[in-house]
Amino acid sequence: MLAYVIRRLLHAIPILVGVNLLTFTLFFVVNTPDDMARMQLGVKRVTPEAIEKWKAERGYDKPLLFNGNAEGAARLTRTIFFEKSAKLFVFDFGRADDGRDIGHEIRTRMGPSLAIALPTFLLGLFVTVSFALLLAFFRATYLDFWGVVLCVAMMSISSLFYIIGGQYLVSKVWHLVPISGYAGGLDAARFLLLPVLISVVAGIGSSTRWYRTIFLEEIGKDYVRTARAKGLAEAAVLFRHVLRNAMIPILTGVVVVIPLLFMGSLLVESFFGIPGLGSYTIDAINAQDFAVVRAMVFIGSVLYIVGLLLTDLSYTLVDPRVRLQ
Amino acid sequence: MMPVVLWTDALVFLLLAAAVGAGFQVRRRAYLLASWRRVGESRAGMAALLVLLAFAAIGLLDSLHYRPRLADANGRPANGYSTEVRSALDALLRPLRNAAEKTYSAPLATHLYARETVEQPDGTQVRLFPRLKHGGAHLRDADAEWGGDVTWRVLRGLLIAVLAGLTFAFAAVHVAARRWGVRRAQAWRNIRRGETRLAWNAALLTAGLLLLVAGPAVSLAGGYHVLGTDKVGQDVLYLTLKSIRTGLVIGTLTTLAMLPFALALGIAAGYLGGWVDDVIQYIYTTLNSIPGVLLIAAAVLMVQVAIDTRPDWFATAAQRADARLLALCLILGVTSWTGLCRLLRAETLKLRELEYVQAAQAFGAPAARIMGRHILPNVMHIVLIAVVMDFSGLVLAEAVLSYIGIGVDPSTISFGTMINTARLELAREPVVWWSLVAAFTFMFVLVLAANLFADAVRDAFDPRLAGRRNAAAVRERP
Repeated sequence: MLAYVIRRLLHAIPILVGVNLLTFTLFFVVNTPDDMARMQLGVKRVTPEAIEKWKAERGYDKPLLFNGNAEGAARLTRTIFFEKSAKLFVFDFGRADDGRDIGHEIRTRMGPSLAIALPTFLLGLFVTVSFALLLAFFRATYLDFWGVVLCVAMMSISSLFYIIGGQYLVSKVWHLVPISGYAGGLDAARFLLLPVLISVVAGIGSSTRWYRTIFLEEIGKDYVRTARAKGLAEAAVLFRHVLRNAMIPILTGVVVVIPLLFMGSLLVESFFGIPGLGSYTIDAINAQDFAVVRAMVFIGSVLYIVGLLLTDLSYTLVDPRVRLQ
Repeated sequence: MMPVVLWTDALVFLLLAAAVGAGFQVRRRAYLLASWRRVGESRAGMAALLVLLAFAAIGLLDSLHYRPRLADANGRPANGYSTEVRSALDALLRPLRNAAEKTYSAPLATHLYARETVEQPDGTQVRLFPRLKHGGAHLRDADAEWGGDVTWRVLRGLLIAVLAGLTFAFAAVHVAARRWGVRRAQAWRNIRRGETRLAWNAALLTAGLLLLVAGPAVSLAGGYHVLGTDKVGQDVLYLTLKSIRTGLVIGTLTTLAMLPFALALGIAAGYLGGWVDDVIQYIYTTLNSIPGVLLIAAAVLMVQVAIDTRPDWFATAAQRADARLLALCLILGVTSWTGLCRLLRAETLKLRELEYVQAAQAFGAPAARIMGRHILPNVMHIVLIAVVMDFSGLVLAEAVLSYIGIGVDPSTISFGTMINTARLELAREPVVWWSLVAAFTFMFVLVLAANLFADAVRDAFDPRLAGRRNAAAVRERP
């Protein structure tokens, strides 16, 4: 088990190097350090000396990928790519273009992001699984049919509609909660209620339909017929037999996103003015702040790989047939 | 006028040609024809197909671009062409396009949304809601005549729609009766009761509903802004109709862009195995582990910088916006091929062990030939299902990406840019709701139709469901 985890973590290193190389190339192919310096300095103050100084201050005065002037291993290490991405591996993200420490920003913004993402995730999972079980219980009836119709309709609605409509109705017309903003401590609940509810509602359609298919697939299996033949009530069959076995395919999709909850939600956070990582990313995208975008890409990739690993480990917990080696 | 073929236009028509070609292939092959018949047997599938065809017709009209000839001061054609690129849809909707007001006006309104200071003939100034230049301009006394005029136009539109619908239905029944060799009354009864193989009743009903919506809309559009006007006075109906093409282009060209990668890499990884498999798996795990939005954002930023720094690449603003639209499709394609690639790899791993592939290997067929001739046709159902399932997601994604600022060019009319500009209008008093509602409604109809159609296609083509289908047929037999 431990050996498996260690091997998987070692596998992650080339992937993370690849991720860095990709984002690095994407950025520097079009936008050279000279362009960045010009943009940051503003049009008026651009002189060749100023650009050189800006580059030297921020460590952009070296070759991109390969340093021909250096000797030995320094040919690869004294480059922008190595210096900028090697530090990422020890979670040192450097400074954003406005001079703030990215690592500090990320640590402070993680809280608000989690405060939205975690309740959304748990409540959403609970609501969709219960709704899907309900539809599976009443399968092949009108309730099931119209439930599926409702799901298809709900997944055809843009998530922007849920957010804009919800904000308008609940905050502007009914004045129940503030439209946007955030506060620390217990006060946060007031601000979090609406975004969490909206995110849950927006996710109901597709998840419910997917879980319903999984449940129906399980219901058709032999062990369910056996359970019914024993004379168990339909509810007992559903909760004790079908639900537990359906958890295996559900886990595949669910566990992998748990680590990504740290990243927050781009849309919801920026609409509701919540100072989390999602709105941080959007601000960075709009300001074309590459240091921040690269840090977020790196964190996202790490979390995704952790998620895949957790998925494998969770299989051994719920399915005794699975053995990791 | 000078025809202009934008990059996306060329690809759209390439796609159309490919679809027509595929249609002929399907006609020749009984097993494919049977699967498509099953799509036609689904009532939801038929209805959705008809709605999608209506949207596609608008999108195709909007893909025929040209640059009009410049006119001199007297209105006679002059040498040279305008830098403005128009489409056949623009020409068709010229009354809507040219009927610009000053600013917001509500649907079917005769007066502007905002008060203005107007000088009376006697020199005094009053603040009132001025009349619109185009909406209801034919009415002399707007307040008194408005109700009657709107009712009359709606009734006229409905009447035309009913007549057109009846003519259409009669023609359909006539053709059906000829083909089935029954009397027309019998053919009508079969269609009405759903006793035909394909769900013609659903198709006719949908066509009727579309006509009932379109008839009054067209009739009203002659004198009013049916869906109001936006901040700069543009007709919202015109904007929504123009948005359709952007949505369709993103939904279809993205999959077209990703298909070659996914097919080639997925099948190669599954069939060849070994180090090829390792490399391809490494590539798609790497791409997959980057959060999609961030990868798209990084790539779009790069494209934006590239386009902005090289203004000499493009002759007109439309071509520049089009380049960005195409780039967005390619980027979305690059970030979304991994899922399909993984599915294809898994399926190829299964097919590789089947007897007919081993027989081909025993005959000494080269690997490329086995992959192209023996494996590719047998994974096409996965490709088809993936393509139709992705479409609706991409249309929805466009709106979100345009909102974040990494979507289409701000000058491109799309659902995303419409929602983005209209979103702050809800804060006004009274609320300007019509742009948002129009964009969301059209998008909802398009995505809903795409979802229903995708379900019908999946049900018809997925072999895993085929077993269930046959079992059901066996059970139903008395």
